[in-house]
Amino acid sequence: MQKIMVCIKRVVDYNVRVRVKPDGSGVMLDGVKMSVNPFDEIALEEALRIKERGSNLEVVAVSIGVADTQQQLRTALAMGADRAILVQTDQPVEPLTAAQTFLALAKKENPDLIFLGKQAIDDDANQTGQMLAALWERPQATYASKVAIEGSKASVTREVDAGLETIEVDLPAVITVDLRLNEPRYVKLPDIMKAKKKPLDVTSLDALGVAAGQLLKVVKTEPPPQRQKGVMVKNVAELVDVLKKKGLI
Amino acid sequence: MHKVLIIGEHDGKTLNPATSKCVTCAKAIPEADISIALFGADTAGVAAQAAAVSGVKTVLRIDRAENAHPLAATFAPQIADLAAGFTHILGPSTSFGKDLMPRVAALLGVPQVSDLMAVEGAYRFRRPIYAGNAIVTVEADPGRQLIATVRVASYEAAGVGGSAAIESRALNVALPSHTRYVGAKSGSTDRPDLQTASRVVSGGRALGSAENFKLLFSLADKIGAAVGASRAAVDAGYAPNEMQVGQTGKIISPEIYIAIGISGAIQHLTGIKDARTIVAINKDGEAPIFEVADVGLVGDLFQVVPELERLVGP
Repeated sequence: MQKIMVCIKRVVDYNVRVRVKPDGSGVMLDGVKMSVNPFDEIALEEALRIKERGSNLEVVAVSIGVADTQQQLRTALAMGADRAILVQTDQPVEPLTAAQTFLALAKKENPDLIFLGKQAIDDDANQTGQMLAALWERPQATYASKVAIEGSKASVTREVDAGLETIEVDLPAVITVDLRLNEPRYVKLPDIMKAKKKPLDVTSLDALGVAAGQLLKVVKTEPPPQRQKGVMVKNVAELVDVLKKKGLI
Repeated sequence: MHKVLIIGEHDGKTLNPATSKCVTCAKAIPEADISIALFGADTAGVAAQAAAVSGVKTVLRIDRAENAHPLAATFAPQIADLAAGFTHILGPSTSFGKDLMPRVAALLGVPQVSDLMAVEGAYRFRRPIYAGNAIVTVEADPGRQLIATVRVASYEAAGVGGSAAIESRALNVALPSHTRYVGAKSGSTDRPDLQTASRVVSGGRALGSAENFKLLFSLADKIGAAVGASRAAVDAGYAPNEMQVGQTGKIISPEIYIAIGISGAIQHLTGIKDARTIVAINKDGEAPIFEVADVGLVGDLFQVVPELERLVGP
């Protein structure tokens, strides 16, 4: 194995309480803290651990987004990626477009493995990895909680509703990762300094021959229905009483 | 008329209830003509169950040895072939459907609507983003096939009593050999699955130790509940990651969620906002969890939980 590509997305930090704009045109993003999508951090961590287990391979972090996405790619470089590529665009990118873009990068880079998070915590689409695998005509192993590389094959344990499932895929393959695969490392200050010197190339959808089509039109964005104010009870007996009246226990 | 194809989920013996929920969703599409496709090694038994779901016109059986296990790489090209003539192709928003449907969408070159929660028109739908903190209304191009996963928590199962026609289909599609099923292991506990349980008892950092989580397991077993934990409790090592409820863990929609010693960080609340009833037990009356709770009790969990266990159930 020589190369792993990791796709990361710049998203609103998971600790931010997202608010809908009063005019329904979207969510408020001005001045909000942005981070690497948490699942993509896990994807990168897994690639780095494979690299650190001794193989002489290159880890390339790639992303699509606005110019400031360089910040998230610098974080990826500080974590340990060898180089990064940003496909810069101001347009919103739907999963199918993202998959087409990553396909174009995969054809240039020829990675043995592509890691992604199982979903991004902004649009929660959970599509890009599967779409990329389809377009690349390669295997997909989604929701990975364990990855074992054995020569030109990978054995992947997947988190499915019924428990755990194991599949074997031939490389190259696309793997999307779930929460319990690993715990991403913290970035240390010297690594941040080192990351500034690592190569970060910027390209565009045009240069890759990808059309940024918008296939799903977002008509409006609304806050979810509010929960009604609840009641406070004084003791356990009262609590049990309320729950019994609601038919819950 | 809209021809709707639902990809049925089953384990070879039983039709997953998620399929019937997709039928309820499909019925909301104007003038829907509903078919269920079943892929498997032998789908005779599940086809009979699918044919009985009320509102289904046709059940399509695609029996093939390679279909014994639900591998997206194997199913997707067959679905893309079968999809000709259908306007809408739906799958459940379960691990089965979430894995499979985007691969189908990419093969067909069309977008997917994930977690469809309401139908507002044949090509207009509502879906949650930001873990349910916002709901978007999206419109798709009527000139293309529409792929969607149906958020099963948003729909009741369709009734039974239907008598759909059952047809066997042989598809002439070459299948890849690059993806192979090895085996499965179901959850190791006898407790209900956290993701689908109707009752969930969940603990936070206030539990103080992994040992003290036994209090919750004991209460959960008394009322037949699954056990969850906040990220703070997981990070502190009190509970394993698989128990984590929240934006970075599991997003759940039980009938009752009992939050014990959980302060209610935003990322936790986004994981439980679909719970029908939220009960909060916390020492701190100012804890944010009380803002979303339907029933709140300020008290020491080490006294409240054993007492609650004594007073509920037989």
